[in-house]
Amino acid sequence: MRRRLSGPVDVTQLVVSGIGLVILLFVVYRLVATLMGGTYGVSTYASQAIFGLAQGGIYALIALGYTLVYGILFMINFAHGEIFMGGTYIAYFVIAAFDRSGFLESNPLLAIVATVATAMTASVILALGLERIAYRPLRRAPRLVPLITAIGASLFLQYAFRGLFGTGVKVYPDTHLHVAGIDILGGRYDIGGMVVRPIYFVVFLMAVTLMLALWILVQKTKMGKAMRAVAEDKDTAALMGIDVDRVVVLTFALGAALAGAAGVMFALYNKQVTHTMGFIPGIKAFTAAVLGGIGNVPGAMLGGFFLGLAESTFPTLLGLDSQLKDVIAFGLLVLVLIFRPTGILGEVLSRKRA
Amino acid sequence: MATLEVQGIHSFYGNIEALKGVSLCVNDGEIVTLIGANGAGKSTTLNTICGLVRPRQGTISLDGEVISGLPAHQVVARGVSQAPEGRRIFSRLRVFDNLEMGAFLRKDKDGIASDMERVFELFPRLGERRDQVGGTLSGGEQQMLAIGRALMARPRILLLDEPSMGLAPLLVQEIFSIVQIINAEGTTILLVEQNAHMALSVASRAYVLQSGSVVLEGTSAEVAGNPEVKRAYLGEG
Ligand SMILES: Nc1ncnc2c1ncn2[C@@H]1O[C@H](COP(=O)(O)OP(=O)(O)OP(=O)(O)O)[C@@H](O)[C@H]1O
Ligand SMILES: [Mg+2]
Repeated sequence: MRRRLSGPVDVTQLVVSGIGLVILLFVVYRLVATLMGGTYGVSTYASQAIFGLAQGGIYALIALGYTLVYGILFMINFAHGEIFMGGTYIAYFVIAAFDRSGFLESNPLLAIVATVATAMTASVILALGLERIAYRPLRRAPRLVPLITAIGASLFLQYAFRGLFGTGVKVYPDTHLHVAGIDILGGRYDIGGMVVRPIYFVVFLMAVTLMLALWILVQKTKMGKAMRAVAEDKDTAALMGIDVDRVVVLTFALGAALAGAAGVMFALYNKQVTHTMGFIPGIKAFTAAVLGGIGNVPGAMLGGFFLGLAESTFPTLLGLDSQLKDVIAFGLLVLVLIFRPTGILGEVLSRKRA
Repeated sequence: MATLEVQGIHSFYGNIEALKGVSLCVNDGEIVTLIGANGAGKSTTLNTICGLVRPRQGTISLDGEVISGLPAHQVVARGVSQAPEGRRIFSRLRVFDNLEMGAFLRKDKDGIASDMERVFELFPRLGERRDQVGGTLSGGEQQMLAIGRALMARPRILLLDEPSMGLAPLLVQEIFSIVQIINAEGTTILLVEQNAHMALSVASRAYVLQSGSVVLEGTSAEVAGNPEVKRAYLGEG
């Protein structure tokens, strides 16, 4: 934005910059104080960082759904958190059945793969239904209209699940999978006074693998290129013979599949499933997408991991109550919106767009 | 039977009638030009043929088969492709990927590869920049890419919307000579131009569009000889 010379604008800018400086000084001060104080050892930060990477991977996977859809339709699909919830919820019934039948214990790998596949499928079905019924008819409406519809759809899905399955908390069963003597799903190990849960590594690696797969799809395949073509110019894409509606459907499906997979991964360590479980992760992932620069695929990945790490380590690093992690997450969102509205990678995006 | 036959099409933007019963035809192997002032409806005509704009009345047929009413992505499949006004290349995709998008509906890998080589022969500058993203090309190179991309569909008929727009005279010459080569190799062409002089020199027949209606048609020589055309479009007399 160009600086204007009129008085009031300059004062606003000054105040904003001043606030930014104060926040920065506060952060640095608390950081130094905490680190100098030496209250926490390396193991504390390490275990927080490991958790942050897993949680960040979940955020990143959900954030990709926001960013993919935004990239194509310039619309924030606020019901995306409920797509995540829906897949996780439906998959719960599958994994619970596996648990009762003993299949989860006898063949955990296959059981979990089937659970993830169920969640992905359920999320995709929900997302495609939403796209077809709620969003497609509004494709040419002013931007605010689909946004309001999305909020409505989000509430609809929450209450539909509440109506169908009740308000009670469903709990994902404990799972164990031994690889080289280590229980990579349910184990907790004490390593030099630090509690390590291998599940976090597993979640992180799965998230990275899925992101890599998405990246290859978007960058290298003909369909991925068609997606990027549609994102840039729908009419011209249609002149190439690309069926724009099909690409939009594919985009929703991809985002939903990632969200469904993320849901089961999340539930493997977080356990609890309710009809409202999509709300906070949904908003956090949206924050991550904005942090990275909405519409930007690597940005969503980066933003997700950044947010996950920030949430898990900042409270301790800044000597704050860990209850304040949500404040930190949304505080970051506000700060980014004030100081860098285009997000971390936003600049790259706008330069390429020009 | 004409390759492309447009009969009495009326196209609207909201309540504005941009085309008021336009008819024209292009025969196999021809270059036909459509000239007219700004806002005459030239681009609307091409976009109606391509299915981006739905005509409210009238029919468009290709080799005798009606294509009006088909969505744009199906019109390409029938053999119509367009290098649109303002090039509209995909600025974030590489040159190579832009060309690949042009061949989106084709499955013949070998044919696609050889057509791409042919595009690089016609436009060597594109070949040198195949891995560069479209947005970093110069205006002339972008126009070459837009034409090359449209050729990648192996169209029955190629629609060109103001290929000379914003280009230096030498480059305009180059583009037009390539348009003639493409035509000589068997592609029928409908050329929209503001540069009437150039367009009439390469086309065999011409239509003059004014406020959404065809006001004059004939061979290029006839149209170029028309006093009104001379005054309004050729800057003479
Ligand atoms: N998307 C649109 N929405 C509303 N009106 C439009 C739209 N596109 C074109 N028009 C109107 O339709 C008429 C014909 O436009 P068109 O673009 O076909 O003209 P043109 O002959 O291609 O002009 P130019 O030489 O400037 O490209 C104009 O009056 C224009 O304002
Ligand atoms: Mg035009």
